[in-house]
Amino acid sequence: MKILVCISNVPDTTTKITFTNDNTQFNQAGVQFVLNPYDEIALSRAIELTDGGNGTVTVINVGEVNTEPTIRKALAIGATDAVRINAAPKDAYFVAKQIAAYAKEQAYDLILTGRESIDYNGAKVAAMLGELLDIPSVSIIKKLEIDGDKATVEREIEGGKEVLTIPFPFVAGTAEGVAEWKIPNMRGIMSARTKPLTVVEAIEVQTFSDIIKFETPAPRGAVKLVDASDPEKLVDFLHSEAKVF
Amino acid sequence: MSVLVYVENAEGKFKKSIFEVVSYAKAIAKQMNTSLTAISIGNVAISELEHLGKYGVEKVLNVTNDKLKSFVNQAYASVIAEAAKKESANVIVLSNSFSGKGLAPRIGVKLDAAVADGAIELPNTDGGKFIIKKTAFSNKAFAMVEMNSDNKVISLIPNSYKVVEDNGAAKIEEFNSENKDSDFKIIIKEIVRATDKVSLPDAELVVSAGRGLKGPENWGMVEELANLLGAATACSKPVSDSDWRPHSEHVGQTGIAISPNLYIAIGISGAIQHLAGVSSSKVIVVINKDPEAPFFKVADYGIVGDAFEVVPKMIEAIKALKANS
Ligand SMILES: Cc1cc2nc3c(=O)[nH]c(=O)nc-3n(C[C@H](O)[C@H](O)[C@H](O)COP(=O)(O)OP(=O)(O)OC[C@H]3O[C@@H](n4cnc5c(N)ncnc54)[C@H](O)[C@@H]3O)c2cc1C
Ligand SMILES: Nc1ncnc2c1ncn2[C@@H]1O[C@H](COP(=O)(O)O)[C@@H](O)[C@H]1O
Repeated sequence: MKILVCISNVPDTTTKITFTNDNTQFNQAGVQFVLNPYDEIALSRAIELTDGGNGTVTVINVGEVNTEPTIRKALAIGATDAVRINAAPKDAYFVAKQIAAYAKEQAYDLILTGRESIDYNGAKVAAMLGELLDIPSVSIIKKLEIDGDKATVEREIEGGKEVLTIPFPFVAGTAEGVAEWKIPNMRGIMSARTKPLTVVEAIEVQTFSDIIKFETPAPRGAVKLVDASDPEKLVDFLHSEAKVF
Repeated sequence: MSVLVYVENAEGKFKKSIFEVVSYAKAIAKQMNTSLTAISIGNVAISELEHLGKYGVEKVLNVTNDKLKSFVNQAYASVIAEAAKKESANVIVLSNSFSGKGLAPRIGVKLDAAVADGAIELPNTDGGKFIIKKTAFSNKAFAMVEMNSDNKVISLIPNSYKVVEDNGAAKIEEFNSENKDSDFKIIIKEIVRATDKVSLPDAELVVSAGRGLKGPENWGMVEELANLLGAATACSKPVSDSDWRPHSEHVGQTGIAISPNLYIAIGISGAIQHLAGVSSSKVIVVINKDPEAPFFKVADYGIVGDAFEVVPKMIEAIKALKANS
């Protein structure tokens, strides 16, 4: 089993998000970047599936040299090797085109992404990859089991779930439930330094959209506190003032 | 030039979020001075399709092909892209639902279109541009995305655009598509839908609880409050991690993001990762015994107190309110 896991490098979840240059650029000053939490779930599952020499897990990132600590973290968690496509990721389409161009030559059985990157939250790369490679894709899966030449996956739908079987190869975006987060151990961390990390030059891609500005949400007014002895008052506010029910 | 809206059905019916999507698409069609066509795939009664006219749809392409009865994103994307070409539609609108997330990027690739996922407002078309506002950084910010391609795919976040009636009549046309066999590799084995519960992503009201509730045995009052309001239930991450509640209820940065009209947070501290998924709720109510809990900083209403005393009293007060109205 040959698995490719797409990993992105994102601001740590505790980051306070601010912008510079007249709100046109994300302010990276003091921000710690981490492996996208959903990609970590994908990676954990890929490692479980190939456990005991039962295949390889390659991680791939579209990014500039500053993403290498995150790539090394993925290697420490247990990926076999890594590929970095050397370009700043302009948008999901750009990323998917780069990864598709690389994956076309490699015959992976399974390509995993996270359900979404926690910076741009597009949840787009998985389905774009599926389309570019002309293979099935499922965007948000909660479970992934392998059964010979096909897999059974659970997909989330509004108020329920769908159970699907899909022949390899396919692309899936993983969400909570697929695997537990794995913490790298000392051996992993040591071996990560010597595992292969190949740098590939990017291909030319024409993108169709640009982020021209960011905004931060308007602050809410001060909280209206109601005394704990008087929850009726709260219900009354919600009914007559906020009119939510 | 025209606008095409994909109307996703749930077991043959359209949910409110679809009328939102149609209303939104109609407003774009008006901005562009053009017509609105809908495409429906699967088994939907003609009367249900005609009902779309009420929200401004002029024509419905009805795809009833047996092979397309249930949702397979690869196949549906082919059909929608084909319909867009036939209708010369250059703006394609759909819901940012779980299924929509698997569709929009595929349609985008097929049509060389920019894809704006998770739009929350109408596009700004001043000066011939086309700019969409979407959430970014897990609801901690918004991004204004300029779409530069001729074709554009936009998915709308549920509960972010109001349903607008626009009395018209929709004419229904059968539409047949040419799918490749390779579009149907995914086989659906089972669909499980809890029909008695309000689904969280579509819910207008949400009652949520966290670790402050101490254990799963205490969720009775949360469910009672939710049932009373017709609300969906949600929870914080540690709650689903401990299997007190299912993962599908987990909201936040690593769970799902929601934007209901009302979010009631009971015994949740308001960690930044939790807020990421709920901060775009229109009204936030916090019940927490700790006055320093960070959640109060982003709340509209709050009670500093013990949930086990406050929530039962709220339930009684709502019952009394319902009895009087
Ligand atoms: C990478 C990462 C991603 C994460 N993603 C998410 C996410 O998506 N969603 C999420 O929710 N969390 C997420 N977290 C976890 C987050 O940081 C917090 O740990 C979590 O939200 C806390 O859950 P809680 O508020 O239920 O519990 P606690 O922080 O333990 O808070 C419990 C609250 O209950 C109150 N309380 C206790 N007893 C009572 C009572 N009797 N009556 C009233 N109030 C009471 C306490 O005062 C306290 O404020 C993430 C963390 C990381 C590191
Ligand atoms: N720069 C990148 N390099 C590699 N994979 C990425 C990159 N950006 C996003 N991805 C993958 O695509 C998934 C979805 O990202 P997005 O569509 O941006 O929400 C992420 O969880 C990653 O698995």
